[in-house]
Amino acid sequence: MPLPRQEVDATTPKYLRDKYAIVGVGETTYTRGSGRTTRALGSWAVRNAMLDAGLKPSDIDGMLSYQGGDSTSGTFISGDLGMRLNFYMDVFGGGSSTEALVGIAIGLIEAGCCKVVAIFRSMNGYSQVRIGGTGARSAAPVTGDMLHNRAYGWQSAGQNFAPTFMRHMYDYGTKPEQVAAVKVAHSHHASNNPKAYYKKRFTIEDVLNSRIICKPLHLLDCCVETDNATAIIVTSAERARDCKHPLVLIRGVVGRCNKPRLDMHYQHGPISTVAGYYARQILWPNAGVGPEDIDITGSYDAFTFTTMLQLEDYGFCKKGEGGEYVSTGAIQLGGRRPNNTSGGHLCEGYTHGMNMVIENTRQLRHDADDSCPIGADGKRQHTYDYREGGCRQVKNVEVSANLGWANPSTASSMVMRRG
Amino acid sequence: MAIRGEYLGMTLTVDDLDIENLEYFRHCAEHDFHLQACAQCGRLRYPPTTACPWCAALESTWRSVEGKGTVHSYSEVHHAIQPAFRGHTPYLILLVDLDTQKGEPTPDEALRVIGNLCTPDGKLAPADQVRRVGIGTRVRMVFSDVAAGLALPQWTIDATTPQPANVWRYPQE
Repeated sequence: MPLPRQEVDATTPKYLRDKYAIVGVGETTYTRGSGRTTRALGSWAVRNAMLDAGLKPSDIDGMLSYQGGDSTSGTFISGDLGMRLNFYMDVFGGGSSTEALVGIAIGLIEAGCCKVVAIFRSMNGYSQVRIGGTGARSAAPVTGDMLHNRAYGWQSAGQNFAPTFMRHMYDYGTKPEQVAAVKVAHSHHASNNPKAYYKKRFTIEDVLNSRIICKPLHLLDCCVETDNATAIIVTSAERARDCKHPLVLIRGVVGRCNKPRLDMHYQHGPISTVAGYYARQILWPNAGVGPEDIDITGSYDAFTFTTMLQLEDYGFCKKGEGGEYVSTGAIQLGGRRPNNTSGGHLCEGYTHGMNMVIENTRQLRHDADDSCPIGADGKRQHTYDYREGGCRQVKNVEVSANLGWANPSTASSMVMRRG
Repeated sequence: MAIRGEYLGMTLTVDDLDIENLEYFRHCAEHDFHLQACAQCGRLRYPPTTACPWCAALESTWRSVEGKGTVHSYSEVHHAIQPAFRGHTPYLILLVDLDTQKGEPTPDEALRVIGNLCTPDGKLAPADQVRRVGIGTRVRMVFSDVAAGLALPQWTIDATTPQPANVWRYPQE
């Protein structure tokens, strides 16, 4: 752990640094056509996270989830698993919710509302409510604020975010082949992740030769839609010491931090700057570290561009140099600061941000579930050979940053470290 | 009173409680673009809202605004998500800086009004026009009529003014 950088301290309570931990992570398989309800998937994922932590149903007394009218409630999951909760709430939200709910969980435990909080996201994002917006949603009547977007064929996330992506290319000379490098890196990572939905390695040419969906997005600039549930468990560091895995401590959290004029109409510029610009002013001081201290990142890669924009605005490179940063090897396994080592939303599966937190937790435990052999201690014996089908554990990883995204105007983030 | 109309096979409705949008689209139906001007600070705002985003005042008046501007950014859609647009690809979604109030109250702000690239009669523009437009193109507002009290503000290439020598387009056609 690098020394805290006192010169960037903020006024938020520093005593919360390292006081909370992620003790359990779990997921279902990533499929297109789960054949199960979101209630079943959610129970599966929360149970996996509970077992991963070495906890019993009676140990968990808080539950949070996020959804957009496309999922089940914590009341069903907790009931099905025989938990009695002291606090539960299902919130409205997609991307950027995971880190925000970790912040809420910390607040709940601090407030004495409950002690151990399970957070889940369960979705049939391919077979029920298509995350790309096709199907029933695309034909629904257009009313209210939608008259200023959907009436213009401006509906899907890619269509909505495109003005920011295009303007970044215009403002800074960012090139399609630079941004395509994000897909290349994440696909290489996914090829070493037995769980990933897409394990095929892609090249820059593959991305640029795939068909245009809406400029500047090719098909391979866009993430996969999948069916899955994911879950994490948050509790105090004190309780975490009794759990099964090495400590993964939470250094600082930013939840749903906005640009001015939170709207999807881009009234406040520069539109090539995203909410990470504001979030970083909370994240780094609260965590007591800066971007140079981070070993691995987990960006919200709904699109290749969202990864580039976040890494840039959180300060991993100079403003405008995101294209160069993502295309010169830094974000690949074996590079200076690997990003989305599971393959992320582009390749592993789409879970509105939670799978990148799960992955970084496993990385910080030095226990990424790759294809390396399992040793006598029950843990993977990592080879750090990143060739296709091989290792994806980052060597000596100590500090991670997760960068959540709902849209260009909204960011959440979290720094974790190995305890 | 609520408004309902069909546009490209989509049903568009303005609820009778949605007072700001009813007023906004009523002016559009008259082909006379109006925005709310804050009664307290005087600034115009887009899209319609109940309160002023700069001073939070609730009172506003509707003011006629010139429909001229410059393309700030855009997307060119080749794979339509909504069935209504499938027969119209490629189509352009334009984010246009109005000349009015551009750079106020800070240099990076503008009234950025969304619209499709259309022909002057308010129909979605054909592919040869789509290929001529990029960041920097000068455009003027036209309207797509939907129903009594409802028209959508749209953009067309402004033939009445000189265009910049080069507009910026995505490098891959």
